[in-house]
Amino acid sequence: MTHETCPPLLLRVEDLQVRRGGVSVLDIPALAIHSGQTLALIGPNGTGKSTLLLTLACLLKPFQGRIFFGEREIDARQGDFHYRRHVAMVFQEPLLFDATVFDNVASGLRIRGVGRAEIERTVPGYLELFGIGPLARRSARKLSGGEAQRTSLARAFVTKPKIVFLDEPFSSLDPPTREGLIGDLERILYQTHTTAVMATHDQTEALRLADRMAVMNEGRIVQIGPVTEVMNRPADGFVASFVGVETVLAGRVLRISDGVFAAAVEGGEIQAVGHVRTGEGVLCCIRPEHVTLSTNAPLSGSSARNVFSGTIRKITPLGLFFRVRLDCGFDLVAYVTRQSVESLALEEGKSVVASFKATSVHVIPRKTSSTA
Amino acid sequence: MDLIVEGIKKAFFLIFTLDTEVLGITLLSLKVSGLATLISLVIGISVGTAVALSRFPGRQIVVSLINTGMGLPPVVVGLFVMIFLWRNGPLGFLEILYTPTAIILAQAVIATPIVTGITLAAIQHLPANLRLQILALGATRLQMVWILVKEARLPLLAAVMAGFGGVISEVGASIMVGGNIKGYSRVLTTATVMETSRGNFDIAIALGIILLILSFLINATLTQIQQRERPR
Amino acid sequence: MKRFLKTRCMVVITAMVFLMGMALPASAAGPERKNLILATTTSTQDSGLLDVLIQIFEKKTGYFVKTIAVGSGQAMAMGQKGEADVLLVHSPDAEKKFIAEGSGRNRLIVMHNDFVVVGPSADPAAIKGAKSTPEAFKKIAAAGALFLSRGDNSGTYAKEKGIWKMAGINPEGQKWYQQTGLGMGQTLNVAGEKKGYTLADRGTWLALQKNLGLPILKEGDPILLNVYHVIAVNPAKWPKVNTGGAKTFSDFLVSAETQGVIKTFGVQKYGGALFFPDAGRKEEELGK
Repeated sequence: MTHETCPPLLLRVEDLQVRRGGVSVLDIPALAIHSGQTLALIGPNGTGKSTLLLTLACLLKPFQGRIFFGEREIDARQGDFHYRRHVAMVFQEPLLFDATVFDNVASGLRIRGVGRAEIERTVPGYLELFGIGPLARRSARKLSGGEAQRTSLARAFVTKPKIVFLDEPFSSLDPPTREGLIGDLERILYQTHTTAVMATHDQTEALRLADRMAVMNEGRIVQIGPVTEVMNRPADGFVASFVGVETVLAGRVLRISDGVFAAAVEGGEIQAVGHVRTGEGVLCCIRPEHVTLSTNAPLSGSSARNVFSGTIRKITPLGLFFRVRLDCGFDLVAYVTRQSVESLALEEGKSVVASFKATSVHVIPRKTSSTA
Repeated sequence: MDLIVEGIKKAFFLIFTLDTEVLGITLLSLKVSGLATLISLVIGISVGTAVALSRFPGRQIVVSLINTGMGLPPVVVGLFVMIFLWRNGPLGFLEILYTPTAIILAQAVIATPIVTGITLAAIQHLPANLRLQILALGATRLQMVWILVKEARLPLLAAVMAGFGGVISEVGASIMVGGNIKGYSRVLTTATVMETSRGNFDIAIALGIILLILSFLINATLTQIQQRERPR
Repeated sequence: MKRFLKTRCMVVITAMVFLMGMALPASAAGPERKNLILATTTSTQDSGLLDVLIQIFEKKTGYFVKTIAVGSGQAMAMGQKGEADVLLVHSPDAEKKFIAEGSGRNRLIVMHNDFVVVGPSADPAAIKGAKSTPEAFKKIAAAGALFLSRGDNSGTYAKEKGIWKMAGINPEGQKWYQQTGLGMGQTLNVAGEKKGYTLADRGTWLALQKNLGLPILKEGDPILLNVYHVIAVNPAKWPKVNTGGAKTFSDFLVSAETQGVIKTFGVQKYGGALFFPDAGRKEEELGK
């Protein structure tokens, strides 16, 4: 984390506990959410993601704990009304009202007593922003899944909330619709500098939208940190198994030639293939099984464009193969068979050469500048 | 069969000549049942919504009571209301027995559980998270309740029709507490019973037809409003 | 468009509430002193006589009479509970008990009409020539012919029971004996439909006879006399009773004027009087 760009603390949690039927379902000793950032809550179903969101949004009474919004403590027991007016929540189902799209989006404003004239001025802009401008007069009953969710999002954003809580907002959409919506949401979060906390069980969504990621298990946060850190250094076996073991590197596109681009990452350059523009931020994800290790430079016949020398930091046996973590200026993880380990005489501290193809790098464009 | 034809002819005759007595009876029926329905709506929608949205010990019992109340025999209600309103009964000091007010009271008691039960079901039928979504939009508790009631407006219109239908057609309680007094507490249903027992079948049928027409017109209007908003 | 609908709904609802608001105060009960609860029988009301008499009384005295038409039995039960101010009933034995137990006072004879035994024109039990009414009833029982009884608390049923007793027959539970639990007019209709015998007051029979197909088969027997009395509920037991009103009404019923109205009631419509005024006479004298 680059401390010079650390944004102000917007929401802070102390000793939060939620109980259901006497059993603790959420136990968060501490949590901090920074202004302008997106925090992804990731974890299996039933692990407390929704509970945490509802509690943070002051829609669920905690058993104990304190929540601070800026300097002020929120009265969580009374469903702090003033706080609720500064945040918004979007659920997995659109939960629209039986009215037109326009009326739905305007509902948050009407609840706040905003006058008709101002509503007429404000709402159309948000309809356009979320791509549902032409649907203004349509009844909510006649919308497709994607259109409905866009309406729900527009309804949440129109009140200019300080924080938006999203509970798996794309889960019930089909992949192409999801794609479009994620892209739009990413753009809007960036443009409006809205702080967001999003629950998801889709890693790719987290990678695309989040700056920081919190992995939850059985009501607790087991690891929290910048997305790349959590992905590259899972704290334990559970996190590792859940987030999927990939090397994730944040970088910026330097140049493009012949369909191949070079991205500068901390400690080097990566060559990859993808639709990017120079200067754009990207996340490069390399699966461990695509990384080849050898004791000297690869044979000239190989087409791997990415070749790095590095030192083995840790070798972990994983049953049929081994997990090898290297330091090449950045962390790189490779899977190696037992045979290779033996034939290459791999051991911690040894220098090796790692290589992987440009085509095996999974590229995720990132708008936000803070990918730390 | 010609008795029915006689009745139909008589009905139209009474309507078109605006027979004062029949007009009075019809208007009274409307006022009494209308007011009773209104009262039952106010109480029924509030209680129904409150029970639907809250959790408290004994809630199950309350819901069962409401559902039982929906099927309360009107005649039993009339009997109990009459006993309460007797001069020497607990509410005798109100001196409203044998007045239209007593009929309104009895009919309101009959209609309220119906409206409450339907409201309860309607609100419970809304998506579980809708309540939270409304609160998340910054609504106060009161705003939330109002929005939920609006969202349930289609089944609530059905509740209005059920409540009104139940009382406009009610006769047992209306006779017992109203006394069927000419020009004062005589409504369409009680007048029909009386004319039948007197043997004036043509008038009885006529009154019955007028009641049916009235009921139909009102329900047709409400249905039109309800169906206009029917989901796709 | 939606706003137009909303406005229209608002207008309709407001109009309705306004209408109702206007209606009720006008029809609320009049000042407390001037209310009079009269408990009487369905046959009295069904004949239409009460409508006429009450109208005259109200105009004359300004009282607002609430006529509650139930059976004689229920009327007296109401009197026993102090829920009525004055009774107009026709069940002499029960009435005497009512006075004896102190529930009522000032029992005055008002009028009488008579009962008739009607039945199918074919007269399967051949009661037409019977010497007395109990004998006619005996014949009906012997023939097992269908007999419709009101089986309620009415004066008519009381009279009917008395006749069975005199005939020494207990008809209860017999297949040919059916109890309707209904008013006089309806019971006559059932008898007409099923072609059975029944005991009815002449007034109601006259009003319905056109469509009934049930000719009179026995009449004139002194037993069949149906005497109406007006009784004031005893205020000693029930202080809330409107004693003044009860007295005014009783006096009104036995006044010469009213008796005159009773005498001529129904003559034009039915070709014969329905009731015979008896004020001042003794019960034993009647029928002679």
